[in-house]
Amino acid sequence: MSTNFIVQISYLAAAALFIFGLKGMSSPRTARRGIVWAGIGMLIATLVTFIHPDLLALDGIAINYVLIVLALVIGAAWAWRAGKTVAMTDMPQMVALFNGMGGGAAAAIAAIELLRAQTTIAADPAAGLVIGQVMRIDVAILGILGALIGSVAFTGSLIAWAKLDGRMRRNRVVPAQQLINLALFVATILCGIWVFFTGELLPILLFFALALVLGAFIAIPIGGADMPVVISLFNALTGLAVGFEGYVLGNPAMIIAGTVVGAAGSLLTHLMAKAMNRPLTNVLFSGFGTGPAAAAGATEGEQKEIQAEDAGIMMAYAEQVVIVPGYGMAVAQAQHKIWELVQLLQARGVRVKFAIHPVAGRMPGHMNVLLAEAGVPYDLIFDMDEINPEFPKTTVALVIGANDVVNPSARTDASSPIYGMPILDVDKAENIIVVKRGKGTGFSGLENPLFYHDKTRMLYGDGQEVANQLVQVLKEL
Amino acid sequence: MLIEGYTALYIFMLAAIAGYEVIARVPVILHTPLMSGSNFIHGIVVVGAIVALGHAEGFWELLIGFIAVLLATGNAVGGYVVTERMLEMFKSSKQQ
Repeated sequence: MSTNFIVQISYLAAAALFIFGLKGMSSPRTARRGIVWAGIGMLIATLVTFIHPDLLALDGIAINYVLIVLALVIGAAWAWRAGKTVAMTDMPQMVALFNGMGGGAAAAIAAIELLRAQTTIAADPAAGLVIGQVMRIDVAILGILGALIGSVAFTGSLIAWAKLDGRMRRNRVVPAQQLINLALFVATILCGIWVFFTGELLPILLFFALALVLGAFIAIPIGGADMPVVISLFNALTGLAVGFEGYVLGNPAMIIAGTVVGAAGSLLTHLMAKAMNRPLTNVLFSGFGTGPAAAAGATEGEQKEIQAEDAGIMMAYAEQVVIVPGYGMAVAQAQHKIWELVQLLQARGVRVKFAIHPVAGRMPGHMNVLLAEAGVPYDLIFDMDEINPEFPKTTVALVIGANDVVNPSARTDASSPIYGMPILDVDKAENIIVVKRGKGTGFSGLENPLFYHDKTRMLYGDGQEVANQLVQVLKEL
Repeated sequence: MLIEGYTALYIFMLAAIAGYEVIARVPVILHTPLMSGSNFIHGIVVVGAIVALGHAEGFWELLIGFIAVLLATGNAVGGYVVTERMLEMFKSSKQQ
């Protein structure tokens, strides 16, 4: 049995484990098993690579092995620590960062392969060869494409990470940004073609520089609310880049895993953009709220206040309570207290459900993760399509830290920037309690007519404090 | 081992269909863990990075190769840790 056979069979097993793992991750019951399977696949693939024919062919160049082990140890130790300590609320930027690293790695692989080909050409200038001849034509094309996509995903994800992590607050929109980006894109493509038809070093360096700047420029004008879609897009792009570089290296595990992620990521991006009612082209080519400010529709009436005691009693004698959590709840770290509140209500025989809008939190499903962290079982959590028919049968809808996803303007006001976005029909509940810090507008700066509705009572205060007060009220009943 | 063009096309096509099918029926509650999980899976780039650094020659190739393995390992290990942490928390009422 040759070592190559062992390597290839192991790669095949790893690819199968990735697909089964991803399949497992698509249901809450098997999700945990799914990631473990994929993890085993990764471990097998990484270990057998040490006896890969390309590595065994090295005669005693120990420095390469030393560097490989060193990079593996440092990278693993850092990422393990970073992954274990990151707060659940900061998960989106962490995923962006890890994703960027993958894209960077794919681009770096392409760089090495192109440099190797260039070195071969430079060794014999008289032959007048070009990259497209030294590497096989198809290999050169996919290699250059993978380099472009990987570089864009690398810097783009880093910008996304910096923005979500609050390291880059403002959306710097340069005049004619779209035009600049388009010009940059065309220049990068032309430079990529130049790389194919040359044996020089300069075009290769210029090509990578342009591609890296392009990635940053694509991400810079994109607003915070649209970031999840963009991270998902960069995730799909990284997958594609990995698949292409897998072709360059003749590595089927990389081709399969990369392409699977490319396809799955594209679909996920599409699903997210659809849930937000923001076509991908809008996300990429228009900053949210950077257009002419929509004349804020004059809202009539005033916000009516309620005290925690009255709110608690209202819920205690309710038949069904639906809780609508938003990112504000997670920021206030109120989810643990809210879960305590839910258990108290359940003990009194109140039916309690959580309603999650597809874009609640910073990424689709992010709110589910935050609730799961607090110990809320997933069968109490319902998504928009399941819960919307329930609102007319709901005694109290408790909105905590959510705003745009319950804004009825999305249904009625064509001039609103969120017009057309599907929302939770909280206004159809019998009573509505909104927990909010103060009277101002939220994250997006839009007025919310729900707050002025006859059925709505405002419960002002910090999410965690309010939840605590409600728990006390219920305990004393 | 280089894969011939046509065979690769079939691999690309089938893998794309597999990826699409697997995601097509995913509940929204798993979108974030799944994005993180697929992010982990493209960490397989570590295998390519090891091979690339393995046959790198000269200072610049070695340096870029070292960075490639470093970044790829971060992608794979970090992706696994955060996905596992998220999925570990999903429990139904019966399991509690």
